[in-house]
Amino acid sequence: MSINRKIAPPILNATDFTFQLADITQAQLANGMPFYYLNAGAQEVVNIELVFDAGTWQQHKPGVAQAAASLLKNGTTKKTALEINELIEFYGANLKCGASNDFANVNISCMSKHLHHLLPLLFELLTESIFPEHELEIYKQTTIQRMQVSLKKSDFVANRKIDEYLFGYHHPYGFYNNISDIQAIETKDLREYILQYYSFDNCKIFLSGKFNDGIIKDVETIFGSSKWNDSDAIIRNEFTVTPAEQKKYRITNDKNGVQGSVRMSMPFIKKAHPDFAPMIIVNTLFGGYFGSRLMSNIREDKGYTYGIYSYLYNNKHEGAFGISTEAGKDVCEATVQEIYKEIEILKTEPVDTEELQLVKNYILGGLVGDLDGPFQIMQRWKNLLLFGFDKSRFDSNIEIYKTITPAQIQELANRYFIADNFYELVVV
Amino acid sequence: MQRYTEEQSNIMIQYEKFTLSNGLKVIHHPDITTPMVAMSILYDVGAKDEDEKQTGFAHLFEHLMFGGSVNIDDYDEPLQNAGGENNAYTTNDLTNYYLQLPKENIETAFWLESDRMLNLAFSEKSLDVQRKVVCEEFKEHYINKPYGDVWQYLRELCYKVHPYKWQTIGKELKHVEDAQLQDVKHFFAKHYNPSNAIMCIAGNITKEKVVELCDKYFAPIPAGEKYLRNLPTESAQTEARKLVIERDVPVNALYKAYHMGSRLSNGYHAADLITEILSGGESSRLHVELVKEQKLFSQIDCYHLGSIEPGLLVIDGKVSANVSMQEADDAIEKIIEQFIAIGITELELKKAINKTESLISFEDLSLLNRANNLSYYELLGDAEMMNSEMGKYATVSAEQVHIEAKRIFRKENGNTMWYVSKGV
Repeated sequence: MSINRKIAPPILNATDFTFQLADITQAQLANGMPFYYLNAGAQEVVNIELVFDAGTWQQHKPGVAQAAASLLKNGTTKKTALEINELIEFYGANLKCGASNDFANVNISCMSKHLHHLLPLLFELLTESIFPEHELEIYKQTTIQRMQVSLKKSDFVANRKIDEYLFGYHHPYGFYNNISDIQAIETKDLREYILQYYSFDNCKIFLSGKFNDGIIKDVETIFGSSKWNDSDAIIRNEFTVTPAEQKKYRITNDKNGVQGSVRMSMPFIKKAHPDFAPMIIVNTLFGGYFGSRLMSNIREDKGYTYGIYSYLYNNKHEGAFGISTEAGKDVCEATVQEIYKEIEILKTEPVDTEELQLVKNYILGGLVGDLDGPFQIMQRWKNLLLFGFDKSRFDSNIEIYKTITPAQIQELANRYFIADNFYELVVV
Repeated sequence: MQRYTEEQSNIMIQYEKFTLSNGLKVIHHPDITTPMVAMSILYDVGAKDEDEKQTGFAHLFEHLMFGGSVNIDDYDEPLQNAGGENNAYTTNDLTNYYLQLPKENIETAFWLESDRMLNLAFSEKSLDVQRKVVCEEFKEHYINKPYGDVWQYLRELCYKVHPYKWQTIGKELKHVEDAQLQDVKHFFAKHYNPSNAIMCIAGNITKEKVVELCDKYFAPIPAGEKYLRNLPTESAQTEARKLVIERDVPVNALYKAYHMGSRLSNGYHAADLITEILSGGESSRLHVELVKEQKLFSQIDCYHLGSIEPGLLVIDGKVSANVSMQEADDAIEKIIEQFIAIGITELELKKAINKTESLISFEDLSLLNRANNLSYYELLGDAEMMNSEMGKYATVSAEQVHIEAKRIFRKENGNTMWYVSKGV
């Protein structure tokens, strides 16, 4: 069979696919807690995640949100840290606790057959953790040592500084812990934090994977039948951003460094804004995937870097847009100039229809895979629900991805990509 | 009820194998529950096949595989246009290229992958750019990063003749900078032949379609010359080795590496479980003893390199402030001595096996992982290992773990590196 290899086989454009976000069950436990679940999939695995409105946004003392999450499994009134970890690991389960800017998450993944052993333990962690003094001491030492190592890295320093310029050091999104902050954490801070914010009225539960009805009953009984960690009404913090006046920064962190961490960021619209979804396409085209303008020029044409990306910040209260790369020390300034050039091209020249179709196909084609399997579907739902959206947001986003035009892209680029709005930082 | 679910937990992965007349091995793993198809093409070439004077070449070559092939200017663009995503990795043993895309557009994957197996475009421009990109990758991960050069020294300490003594990124920047187009062409002709490759197609596609597309795109590729590997064997280590180096890092680090068997050796599963028992999680021995109880380390891990040929089992820790290297080293030695003297409990074994079962189940969720693993197991000798590995772990006894520990943790089999902070 002789074939002409120069001719590409026909493809179906992903813009012609239909996209359906599978439904989940949206229930409410007896105590009012939202409980979302999806029983699907072929493999005998399951994931349960509790999400609290308890990110660094809510903390009143530096480092507390993260320390509380990290130490949640390090001792209750009934069990030592070792006993807790033995139990989790015996069932081959993976327990992850963490705090980001907006949320705190407690997440267990395990084989379906073991989950019912672990739910009572999970409840015990949430309601009876005591944060022993000696566990906190170990946490402090470990965290401080890690921070000392990280501070030697230009990318770590750059990530902290660029957000500080954008939001201000006293805003939760611009704040970062110093060693003295870690040292000042006390066990009572952690106990108070959990009691106040890891409570039934500040939590959503997401359960996905393959499980039997017994698990739903267990969740209802264990998490839904009491007002656990009930305390004073939660007051939502409010902050205003205080961006830096100066826009351009060059920092030397390591005089022997052979690369620089280049960061450029600017304030941007929040997720609820109608332009946010179309800007996902603009961002992808500009720097959001391997075939992007930034990658094609700065890596694939110039060879200045191993990789360069742009992204929309995923914060609840303030939006931002950023560009990030590690480039050779001698070509950092050239990289910054190339980024501005690409911004200018996006503003002055309409994207050709082929390139736009490619971006659309890439995003929508990837989405086919992203909607495959219970964990992925629940992840989509979680991102909608935590930000106050419903399924109509998913549908309208798809419509926007499919129909956006070169003229709209150029118009959006002109509206949002203002060179003077960028904070510019190079850390060597 | 409990009993029922226990039996259900191991799902067999279905697949079929066939070989094209040019030697290309093909595995088809059908899964009609997904809207996607994944493809893995594994070339049996890694950093171990490089010339010692020209290291980093297999990995540089992986980059060049994206620089256009004989009939197609650009690899990424048509794939992305078909809604696909792809990447590749190079290890000391192999190079794997993988992608996934919506099932409707699978022919694009066959078209792209077969053309670059047929021949590359070999342009000076592409070589020039990718040399720079790889140099930036080298700097980002191995130079401009605290502890970035650890593995360069540790590998050289442990291996004296076997090519595992260098990392996939290469021994030095200069080897990458000096690569010439002629070398690239030679490397392609030597290693990138159908007879040196394994392909797995997984997902929502029928066997008939796979056969049809293989016949159309891959079967016409000339077989090329089969590369026969002939690597020097590392002789058994007879004396404990130690290296101390000073660097500008804030925290002292300690590494102990022991030679272990090959991937297909009898002791492999027991060795893997040893790493799990020593450091898999916060109830593991090293963590409990050295981080929580004695507070000598802020972080400690035990792992093995996962290589095909005889590998290394490594203990790797960051030493707490105000603790001497000797004290830290002695504490690890003591735990190892206990391990050798007493062995492990049934509970520890059960825990390690349960964790492994969970790990394998979660890994198998991803279609792409299944495709990559089927190719890898076929490279090891039989794709059926995909279904038999869990059984191997489940039948390891506490006694076998003990025997393996005694074999691995012999003093004369150990390589210790103290990575000391300047000024501490």
